[in-house]
Amino acid sequence: MSEANALHDQALSDLRVLDISRRIPGHVCTKVLADFGADVILAEPPTGDPTRSINPFIEDLPSAESGVYFRYLNNNKRGITLDFETTTGRKLLLELVECADLVVETFSPSTLPSLGLGYQTMKERNPRIVLTSVTNFGQSGPYSEYQASEAIYYAMSGLMNATGLASREPVKLGPNVIQFHAGIMSALHSMIALRGTAARGVGEHVDESIQELQAGSIDRTSAMLLAYQYTGFITGRENFEGGGGSIHQCKDGYLNMFPDATMIPKGLNMLGMTELMEEPLFSTMEARSMPESHEYFDALLNPWLLERPVTEAFAAAQGARILSGPVYNSALLTADPNFRARAYWPTVERSNGEKVRMPGKSFQMYGGPWAMRRPAPTLGQHNAEIYGGILGFSKEEISTLKQVGVI
Amino acid sequence: MGTTKLPLEGIRVLDITLVWAGPYATQMLADWGAEVIRLEPIDHFQPMARGQRARVSKAEITADTDWHNAYPDWDPTDMPWNRTPSFNVHARNKKSMTVNLGAPGGQEVFQRLFHVADVLIENNVPTTADKLGISYERARKINPGFIMVRMPGFGLQGPYRTYRTLGSHIDGVSGHASLRGYPELGLEFQTDIFYSDAAGGINCALAVLMALRYRQRTGKGQMIELAQVENFTSYISDVNMDRLANGRVQRTLGNRHRTMVPHGCYPCRGDDEWVVIAVENEEQWDALCRAMGNPNWTADRKFASYISRYEHQNELDALILDWTRTFNKGEVMRMLQRVGVPSGQVSNHAEVSRDPQLRYRNFFQWVDMPGTGKHEYPSIIGRLSETPNAIRTPPPRLGEHNEYVYKQLLGYTDSEYWQFEEMGHIGDAYHAHVE
Repeated sequence: MSEANALHDQALSDLRVLDISRRIPGHVCTKVLADFGADVILAEPPTGDPTRSINPFIEDLPSAESGVYFRYLNNNKRGITLDFETTTGRKLLLELVECADLVVETFSPSTLPSLGLGYQTMKERNPRIVLTSVTNFGQSGPYSEYQASEAIYYAMSGLMNATGLASREPVKLGPNVIQFHAGIMSALHSMIALRGTAARGVGEHVDESIQELQAGSIDRTSAMLLAYQYTGFITGRENFEGGGGSIHQCKDGYLNMFPDATMIPKGLNMLGMTELMEEPLFSTMEARSMPESHEYFDALLNPWLLERPVTEAFAAAQGARILSGPVYNSALLTADPNFRARAYWPTVERSNGEKVRMPGKSFQMYGGPWAMRRPAPTLGQHNAEIYGGILGFSKEEISTLKQVGVI
Repeated sequence: MGTTKLPLEGIRVLDITLVWAGPYATQMLADWGAEVIRLEPIDHFQPMARGQRARVSKAEITADTDWHNAYPDWDPTDMPWNRTPSFNVHARNKKSMTVNLGAPGGQEVFQRLFHVADVLIENNVPTTADKLGISYERARKINPGFIMVRMPGFGLQGPYRTYRTLGSHIDGVSGHASLRGYPELGLEFQTDIFYSDAAGGINCALAVLMALRYRQRTGKGQMIELAQVENFTSYISDVNMDRLANGRVQRTLGNRHRTMVPHGCYPCRGDDEWVVIAVENEEQWDALCRAMGNPNWTADRKFASYISRYEHQNELDALILDWTRTFNKGEVMRMLQRVGVPSGQVSNHAEVSRDPQLRYRNFFQWVDMPGTGKHEYPSIIGRLSETPNAIRTPPPRLGEHNEYVYKQLLGYTDSEYWQFEEMGHIGDAYHAHVE
């Protein structure tokens, strides 16, 4: 199939989405839909979306167009400006709602209703609309207006207490991981709601609570919560100052060898020490599951790893069918041969010729594929196209809207 | 529960997944109405599917009380595979059939399953999947609308296609492990994190929903490939773009933040009690000072501007923790939230289980699983205003739905069913030799 045909035959070519969100989870949600063909209209305030000002910036030159977050999150979207806190802006937003299948927002639960733009109002204008609201703690409940941040989601869902050393403070995850996850989860629930809407002809308000999606996350959190329900056991932080973790030092880097039940026989094979399988600590499955046998095994493994570069150790471990992975930083990751061979880092080019490389597809659909159709919009880039093309305004009307500051 | 149809009712999913990434995908689909059938072997134990090992003794468990050994009342019984939290947490609303795909007769059953299903999801190493007869071409010939998702660690093609990983390894490969943990300690002091399992799971479920929409429009099914290392790498895009565009290699900041200050995890009254505070702007900084009673030090010019606060974070954190440690963590959170400062207590699993917000929204749901007992489970994620939802059926016991699948769905007669039983495909326990 030629590329031109492919673009008209993406999985979501028949879906129109209005993104009025102001935070990472909302933009991630609509990004993944846009990547698979949805027509996503990003409606920014005339001052620009707040994510435009999150650093880092391309070539470290701060501007409304060079923030890497904004650029990555808004590929494949069309951009307009709209101040829907004004009476005219509110009217325009509701006209756009009439032309959309899905609206995504990230305001606190009271914000849109206070502007006369709540779900009920949207539904009156478009009975089949799906409104997806991504919030810190959900639309209802005692914490519904609470402020939060990445680390707070982690803290209040249970796993942070079990992350880090017992002798130290609990420690958070890397930057914005939970917010990206919330975005994908919102896209999933939006698609589920749209499927129901298509069958029944009624809209939906999707209530996505980041605290809940983290408390129900299989990153261990949900399993540990169930373990608590089964036994009363509270998982805390561990003490492995003396070693015993899954990350092992090699000559020039680190290899993660988080073990499963088959690690020791496979590992002894890799080390050329299969004769040690006869030892009491290794000879039965039951013995091999004991912490002492892992300590003994680590004492054999660690000196072997210290003598070898991580690439060699990784290949040897995988050759012995041992579950493993190098611990990369961004320099090592972007140089990794598997990512490169699979062309994971596409280059996105702007009309001014400026190029930037970024992460590519999260998954590939061989029918209705992922495609990079256009770079993230400049502020208000598609105002004429959308207010003129979709809502049918004349050039004069559009310039009046501009003059009064609505767009 | 009302009579509203769940959006995925009528979609049948074959689930050949293990550990967590695949099972989390099928949890999402089952939760919203799909009929998910797990195909489980009983002639060997799938690593980390229904616990660490098939058979474990109570003595062993008592010697190593940990969350992954947390069988109800610390008792694995003679059927531990039905009682393990790491399986039961994702398996609600799913069905279980047993079949040994690698043994004689297994492929015949598999062939019939392709005829009655819409979707297949697997997260095995590509070489293992090949051996099990998992192939999109095979499915497409039987059913052109068939949707298959394959989610190996490193992809179906590429130099690492035969490589084996779990979430913990993917956390390292994606670069995430180098961006968390204490800045002054080496990477070997990291806690294992399995976030990529959650990420792979929901992206896979999303891909299925997209493919179903495409199928509704075009009548066509398709093959989807999700390489878990690539999928999770997209969650930390900014750090990699900073490398690609600016040549910078970011490292862990611990509990600090690239732009927010103060930002940290501070001790509170009591033993191992902590609160997170994250100040985003000047207004919140002023509010924090007011909440602390505007002590003199807040007027120090060292803390007068954002830049100078950033430069004096060590001193600032020491002064803030002098204040936090005189209160309970819940008190600090409420005092700060009242004045609009983002803060949250670090809750342990007991505290999450009684969290007032989660309780208000009925996040936990009682589920009675025969042989395992009645417990509260984390319930459905996400609320749809017009489609009430809740856990419908408990996690399936091994082979619980054999009769339904073999006879009702696949049309095998009683005597054929008995033959499959004789051949060792059908049972409610692993074969006696399986450890």
